[in-house]
Amino acid sequence: MKDMIERLASKFNIKDINEHKSNQVFFTAEKIDIEGVILYLKEFEKYDQLTMISCVDYIEDGKFQLTYLLRNYDLNNDACIRVYIDRENPTMTSINELWAAARVYERELKEMFGIDFPGCPRVDDPFVLEGWDTIPPMRKDFDTKKYSEETYFPREGRTKKDPTEQMAEKMYPVEEEVKKSITKVFRDNSK
Amino acid sequence: MITIGQDSKPDDKAKELQNEFFCEALPKEVAPINNKIVQKFYNWAQANSMWVLAFGTGCGAIEMRPLYTARYDISRFGMAPRPTPRQSSLFIISGYASVKTLKRIVRSYEQMQNPKFVMGLGSCTINGGMYFDSYNTINRLDQYLPVDVYVAGCMPRPESLIAGFKKMKEIIKEGRAEGANKYARDFQWYKENQKKVIKDWNMPDYNW
Repeated sequence: MKDMIERLASKFNIKDINEHKSNQVFFTAEKIDIEGVILYLKEFEKYDQLTMISCVDYIEDGKFQLTYLLRNYDLNNDACIRVYIDRENPTMTSINELWAAARVYERELKEMFGIDFPGCPRVDDPFVLEGWDTIPPMRKDFDTKKYSEETYFPREGRTKKDPTEQMAEKMYPVEEEVKKSITKVFRDNSK
Repeated sequence: MITIGQDSKPDDKAKELQNEFFCEALPKEVAPINNKIVQKFYNWAQANSMWVLAFGTGCGAIEMRPLYTARYDISRFGMAPRPTPRQSSLFIISGYASVKTLKRIVRSYEQMQNPKFVMGLGSCTINGGMYFDSYNTINRLDQYLPVDVYVAGCMPRPESLIAGFKKMKEIIKEGRAEGANKYARDFQWYKENQKKVIKDWNMPDYNW
């Protein structure tokens, strides 16, 4: 694992290396290098399975963090590559030439976060959200509850109860009253 | 070949072909028969031969497998899973329905022949359940399809489903299962609601 990181660091500019487990390492790569890093890991280090591509929306920094999870079955190792891209007009290099499975993830990211992957086949086709016309739903500034209330005819009278209070009220009201009075006495004395 | 996609615009020839496959006629209400004894016989027959459309829309579909097989065995009640909407009379919406699924649900429901009944399974069809604030699942099924019986729970066990079937039979025997007629009567209202949610509507309004 450490040898791999050393070899990689001698070729590419990588930083923020942290090993959460003995067989899993996270590191941040430059956006320009990403194709080279992944190709190097695939061809020379035998990280030949793309487990997934995930995305995090850091709205306060104005960044998307993409994470590529690669797996080496011989060494039982995971390499997780983080890349930061701008939130405004997000575009990323497509890796569908390396793994055909990446097409599904890239289509999904395009739909859920609005990240464009030029060159990925059928990336603009709707995947789950057919005919979606507002901002992509997984972005932090999308209010899903408000959208649901406006669109899907919420049934009136839906209320939410705190389970602790509900149980206290229904199952042990006397004990709850005693508890409240004791806390009140304590509060008054402390003043 | 006809391509019905979001981006593709079918030309006139394709449209003509499309009209050959789809029917433009709207659904009609079916009035009950004047002879009460015959009508009662019809209701009895319908109640005892409910065939279920084997279409699992959500997580509730997992409860329908034990229902069909030896342990709970709904063939005791004269029910059986059918592979096509043309042969089935009971449509179980099993759990949450996303918008993409709703489009297929509407289409399957319209392809079913009278008499047809709808059963909402799980809290998700009643008020959204745990997906009440989701961007992609509908909250109330009765805005889009006429529902005869709801089975509450998350998820309801096969026993509660069987209780739901019992209730359904009672309703049919009393002649109160008028879902298909309600759909024909309030057709415009249902279509309006469906089109509000399904934004890429690229099929005829009523297409059986």
